[in-house]
Amino acid sequence: MLARLLAAMLFALLSVASARAQEKLPVVATFSILGDLVKNVGGDRVAVSTLVQPNGDAHVFQPSPADAKTIADAKVIFMNGIGLEGWLDRLIKASGSKGEVVIATKGVKPHEMKDDDAHGHAHEHKLDPHAWQSVANVKIYVANIRDALIAADPAGREAYEKNAAGYLQRLSAVESEIKETVAKIPATKRRIITSHDAFGYFASSYGIEFIAPQGVSTESEASARDVAKIIRQIRAQKIPAVFLENISDPRLMQQIAKETGAKIGGTVYSDSLSGTDGPAASYIAMMEHNIRQFAAALAD
Amino acid sequence: MNPYDFLIAPFIEFEFMRRALVGSFALALGGAPVGVFLMLRRMSLTGDAMAHAILPGAAVGFLFAGLNLFAMTTGGIVAGVTVAVGAGLIARSTGLKEDASLAAFYLVSLALGVLIVSIKGSNIDLLHVLFGTVLALDDATLILIALIATVSLVALAIIWRPLVLECVDPNYLRSVSRSGAPTHLVFLALMVLNLVGGFHALGTLLAVGIMMLPAAAARFWARELTAMIALAIVMAVFSGYAGLLLSYHTGAAAGPAIILVAGIVYVGSVLLGPIGGLKRYFVRVRHLEA
Repeated sequence: MLARLLAAMLFALLSVASARAQEKLPVVATFSILGDLVKNVGGDRVAVSTLVQPNGDAHVFQPSPADAKTIADAKVIFMNGIGLEGWLDRLIKASGSKGEVVIATKGVKPHEMKDDDAHGHAHEHKLDPHAWQSVANVKIYVANIRDALIAADPAGREAYEKNAAGYLQRLSAVESEIKETVAKIPATKRRIITSHDAFGYFASSYGIEFIAPQGVSTESEASARDVAKIIRQIRAQKIPAVFLENISDPRLMQQIAKETGAKIGGTVYSDSLSGTDGPAASYIAMMEHNIRQFAAALAD
Repeated sequence: MNPYDFLIAPFIEFEFMRRALVGSFALALGGAPVGVFLMLRRMSLTGDAMAHAILPGAAVGFLFAGLNLFAMTTGGIVAGVTVAVGAGLIARSTGLKEDASLAAFYLVSLALGVLIVSIKGSNIDLLHVLFGTVLALDDATLILIALIATVSLVALAIIWRPLVLECVDPNYLRSVSRSGAPTHLVFLALMVLNLVGGFHALGTLLAVGIMMLPAAAARFWARELTAMIALAIVMAVFSGYAGLLLSYHTGAAAGPAIILVAGIVYVGSVLLGPIGGLKRYFVRVRHLEA
């Protein structure tokens, strides 16, 4: 009798445990790159929803009611911080979410946005949110994500720690690959024009200089002065390559390349991942893809 | 800075400035006359409505082919013509007036357009469609805009007489000729064409500006139609040139700068224009003193 009761209790306990294991922790990441990091740390224990889809622009995102519902259901909300998601606060308030908000860049030293004005004035002291363009920063992201997931789901501690450790190793491999690739490019040729200055952290970590024809955010439209300045610069400094970016106006870049004879590089990804069948379906794939594109354009 | 450096050198040094200039001249040539007729027919706001109506067509083109000139142009023309004809038909066959049915059509179109662009997931692209890139006109776009200007001028020359008559006295035209309806349709088509050409350079929202502002300004300087059209073209050309210089020297966004210059020309005309301008209220009229 006692044995049967025990068995029944054990069975009940087991079924609860397995039901719990099947019920994934619902979390939200604000944009695709962050979503990929959370997926890698969370593994099968979390269900990650991403607000800004691949190829979308997190600077000017317009949330839909479905996004508010996603947020309301989430236990943890991962955001990049450093001013990237200006729209998030209101969305969280409006959704009535009780989820924990985690700033993934906590502990990252933010850079100031480089804003070189032609006349040397009007320096805006804005912080650059694109911290993920340095792998070293993403290691901090991963640690923050791991700690937040453990806090929200202590039972999964072991899994999260294991996933994070494994992912950190892969990040280190990517980081050394990038550094090796840059080392092979002659120092005088490490200059690139791209339509979005999201590569500030990449530049300072890996020593390639990026010059952008537009301001800090994709919200500002390029003026004739900006474009003229860029063209003069390409001509004066003999900058070898111009890169299109997946979310800014490619027609403008083509015009600049045509007028200067600089080489148009392939598409690189800075603010968002590509779709699943694109070349930058994950963060690691994105970084590998980008450095290969840069190296190819600067090589000859 | 000497005048040459300020006024001419930017266009000598940079090809993109020359392209932008040629593009805005072509837009001025085609758009300004159409704008004058729109104004005389009290259809000034129709241009604005149609500009919004073009959006879903351009968006569908964009959805299938990205920032592809041909796809977006075709889509824009189809959508524009559909809305123009649809609004006209409803106005003629129901009790709803044409302005109300046009308003209904363009609002639906606008919402549809924004929806379609956002399906693709990237809202920055929507801004490119709405605001255009006058600084990035490639050969194909320039040829398209120039072609539209040519077609507009030739077509206007052909339908000139019935069009003028219809502006002045549509009932008389109806009594002597049956060319009223076809003239109206050709004219609507020209308006759509010019808006589609304009949106590649200035975006759907501002394309109307280069059409209507010079027309409204010219009204204060000329009584006679030919002079009014010539003046409107000159003012539109000047707006393009001065707007690009403004953008070049101050760093203002190029498209809005062009339209703002046109706006300044308009305000100046309202104040100083000899025909019905405000000048008569604040300039003392001399012969009363004698």
